[in-house]
Amino acid sequence: MEALVADKEEITWYLACRVDDVPTDGGACVLINGHQIAIFHFARRGEWYATDNECPHRQQMALARGMIGSLGDEPKVACPFHKKTFSLRTGQCLNDDGYQIMTFPVKVTDGNVYIGVE
Amino acid sequence: MNANKMMHVVVVGNGMVGYKFCEKLLAKQKNGPQFILTVFGEEPRVAYDRVHLSAYFNGKTAEDLTLAPESWYTENGIKLYLTDPVVDIDRDRKEVRSHHGVVVPYDYLVLATGSGAFVPSIAGVEKDGVFVYRTIEDLDFIQSYAKRARKGAVMGGGLLGLEAAKALLDLGLEEAHVIEFASRLMPRQIDDAGSGVLQRQLESLGLKIHLSKNTQQITGEDTIKGIQFADGTLLDIDMLIISAGIRPRDELAKSAGLTTHPRGGIVVDNFLQTSDPAVFAIGECAVVHHMIYGLVAPGYEMAEVVASRLMGLEKEFKPYDMSTKLKLIGTDVGSFGDPFVSEPACRTITYENKAKGVYKRINISPDGKELLGGILVGDAEQYNMLLQTCKNKTILPPDAEDLILGSRGGEEAGAGVMGLPDDALICSCEAITKAQLCHEIGENGHKTIDALKKATKACTGCGGCTPLVKDLIQGVLKQQGHYIRNVLCEHLDYTRQELLDLVKINSLKTFDEVLDQFGKGDGCEVCKPAVASILASLWNENILEKGRATIQDSNDRFLANIQKGGTYSVVPRIPGGEITPDKLIVIGQVAKKYGLYTKITGGQRIDLFGAHVGDLPMIWEELIAVGFESGHAYGKSLRTVKSCVGSTWCRFGVQDSVSFAIEVEDRYKGIRSPHKIKSGVSGCIRECAEAQSKDFGIIATEKGWNLYVGGNGGSKPQHAQLLASDVDKETCLKYIDRFLMFYIKTADPLTRTATWMNKMEGGMPYLKAVVVDDVLGIADELEREMQLLVDTFKCEWKEVVDNPELRKRFAHFVNVPEQKDPTVAFESLRDQKRAKEWK
Repeated sequence: MEALVADKEEITWYLACRVDDVPTDGGACVLINGHQIAIFHFARRGEWYATDNECPHRQQMALARGMIGSLGDEPKVACPFHKKTFSLRTGQCLNDDGYQIMTFPVKVTDGNVYIGVE
Repeated sequence: MNANKMMHVVVVGNGMVGYKFCEKLLAKQKNGPQFILTVFGEEPRVAYDRVHLSAYFNGKTAEDLTLAPESWYTENGIKLYLTDPVVDIDRDRKEVRSHHGVVVPYDYLVLATGSGAFVPSIAGVEKDGVFVYRTIEDLDFIQSYAKRARKGAVMGGGLLGLEAAKALLDLGLEEAHVIEFASRLMPRQIDDAGSGVLQRQLESLGLKIHLSKNTQQITGEDTIKGIQFADGTLLDIDMLIISAGIRPRDELAKSAGLTTHPRGGIVVDNFLQTSDPAVFAIGECAVVHHMIYGLVAPGYEMAEVVASRLMGLEKEFKPYDMSTKLKLIGTDVGSFGDPFVSEPACRTITYENKAKGVYKRINISPDGKELLGGILVGDAEQYNMLLQTCKNKTILPPDAEDLILGSRGGEEAGAGVMGLPDDALICSCEAITKAQLCHEIGENGHKTIDALKKATKACTGCGGCTPLVKDLIQGVLKQQGHYIRNVLCEHLDYTRQELLDLVKINSLKTFDEVLDQFGKGDGCEVCKPAVASILASLWNENILEKGRATIQDSNDRFLANIQKGGTYSVVPRIPGGEITPDKLIVIGQVAKKYGLYTKITGGQRIDLFGAHVGDLPMIWEELIAVGFESGHAYGKSLRTVKSCVGSTWCRFGVQDSVSFAIEVEDRYKGIRSPHKIKSGVSGCIRECAEAQSKDFGIIATEKGWNLYVGGNGGSKPQHAQLLASDVDKETCLKYIDRFLMFYIKTADPLTRTATWMNKMEGGMPYLKAVVVDDVLGIADELEREMQLLVDTFKCEWKEVVDNPELRKRFAHFVNVPEQKDPTVAFESLRDQKRAKEWK
């Protein structure tokens, strides 16, 4: 029984910010439970994404300030420091195999943005 | 495959060449393993990069130097015995026995025993404090001994000896001497004149060089005290590294009855086969073509030959080119072809510049048609091209001296990379010819360096061929009639110039409009800032409005320069470098209040570092209140107009350079361009403002002003060229208007004026014709466009400070805007602070 409960990891939704706190086609950083999370409003595609704010390359809290865009169909963000780019979908670094960031689900209701944390 | 049918291959020696052999043999077995590989190594560690051994003293660890970890051998099914040299070969039974008694049978035996240091038989070489420079263990001994030594010497002024001498300096010895028996340094690579130049360079670094010195004995009781030379002189030293050449390790082969050379080395034929057809020898232990190849590249080629032959392929070891290029203690040294051939067998051209420490020599055939060889010291930029010209017997241009001096006026010397024959070896590490690369570029569409790296492995070794490969890509594409368009990226298939025209004609004001009309996808970090720059150059609206904030590059996005740790630096504009005491005081007060590190910049301004993103609007509010404006240090726009004090104070000044600098800076401030723009105004010909190193620079004359354009500092410094002389202020500004606007409208993204002009067809004469003579009839338009930008200037920081919506974006956390990033950390430094070092 215990194993079953542990397997079914519940997602907790946290109210992160208001929709207009995040610039259109850009990012903003929120603090949730002491964790810095970058939220991106990909308005061109009508999509929202959330990832770690920290770029693993030099451990800089900066991804929310990065430019977003696409590589083929893959939505991505570029770190402002050295332009490492990360898939917003998977968190995989797209121009350096060695790096990976966490991604989080995002829900938007009534002008509020929620982040799901496991 | 059945294990019973697998061949046993034993490799004796786990050095660089022995390792390379394993790697190559594995790579060739594409249809599963056909060999059982056993490797014996004498050293306690797996094969490492002996070529870069000196890097061990500069912080590289033994692990860094390792070619492949021990697990690599296991993963590839190689049985590896370390600290266990083979001591006996039984050629009748076809088996080897190791020091620890391991007996392994072989079908083929590969001797890669390498070489040891040659230690001449000088009295006293056994004393404490005498070392050789060969293995990591040797380096460990040297390092620990050096701690209590003050004076050291290296015996041998060859390639390795000079490396060792540098190591002595790095280890902190007070004196480091180089003792060479011959009359010059690197006697195998360079001539007396080249050695002279190299010697001066090395001496300027603190090495003491002794040439033509015959060491007679090493003095001291048990420990070295000094060395005595045959000419009677003495040198006091505490330690000595012997680097007098190599001695091939042939003792095992000799005891097994294989043919060895009287002067050392295992004799092999062109197939690297010893006198026993089942035994091969490769690397520095082998004598092939009557010589020992003491470089790693031919050793790798030998490994390739033997691996190929074991796979049943035809391959022969051909005489190998011994040309070398290396950076020796910061000095480039190159030697290629036959560096020493002398007249009358050739005609020699030399160039020597003592002031710069440069020496170049080329030997050309008596008929002047072929390059036979040469030497480069201090500047080896032309090495690749010369080596190719030499190897491929390319017909030389009539003025062969252009090869080393560069062409003075007119076209580039020689035919360039496209003039080389098809079989020219472009990448010598991976043995890739020009024809192969052209095929990949032209037929298979690999048109970038990255694509070619993947397709051919070219440029993946030493990387020295990368410039040649780049030229080859351009050359092939041009040959195919491609008009090479530098398009922005996958989203916008236009050059910057094309896009600027389209945006202008269609009056587009936002990125989305541009992308919807002319592009595809969602944009990226390449096209967004490029379009942002175009929009700003055309319309001069605030870059953060109308959704443009998120298309700005890192610094423009927050109108400040992002620094290590994620804080920002702030640079208020100080036109011409002139500032009142009151304003200086305010800068100091602001810096104190917000805890900022202050530093004077190279452009006569003050940079305030370490500002939290949330503090930026408040900092600027205080600066703006006393009249400061944004300095645009974060933008691809005019930075600063540096000035000397000029005729208002200076006894030499002929014009008021400060007043003109302020006027120029105020005129062009804030204008966005393809890259940053720097300027300077000097009050006389002494040029204290260094105007000739700027994108545009102005120098006062008795009659007016001289205008220079296209200068650059940075990694590729370039002097600006004279565009107009003795013009009055109004004419000068008119020309600058035209020049800058022409640049803004036609340059590729992130291209400085110098590069833009270097690439311009027709060069300076053409630019002059456009800007001064108005041959295109666009001068009026350029001036009008510039005037619009001048008239619409607004300080963008003032606009942010006054606009709550824009101001709101300057917060680290949008859900707790008052909280600063807790990960930001500083360290203290000279009564101020610095960013915490990142990992």
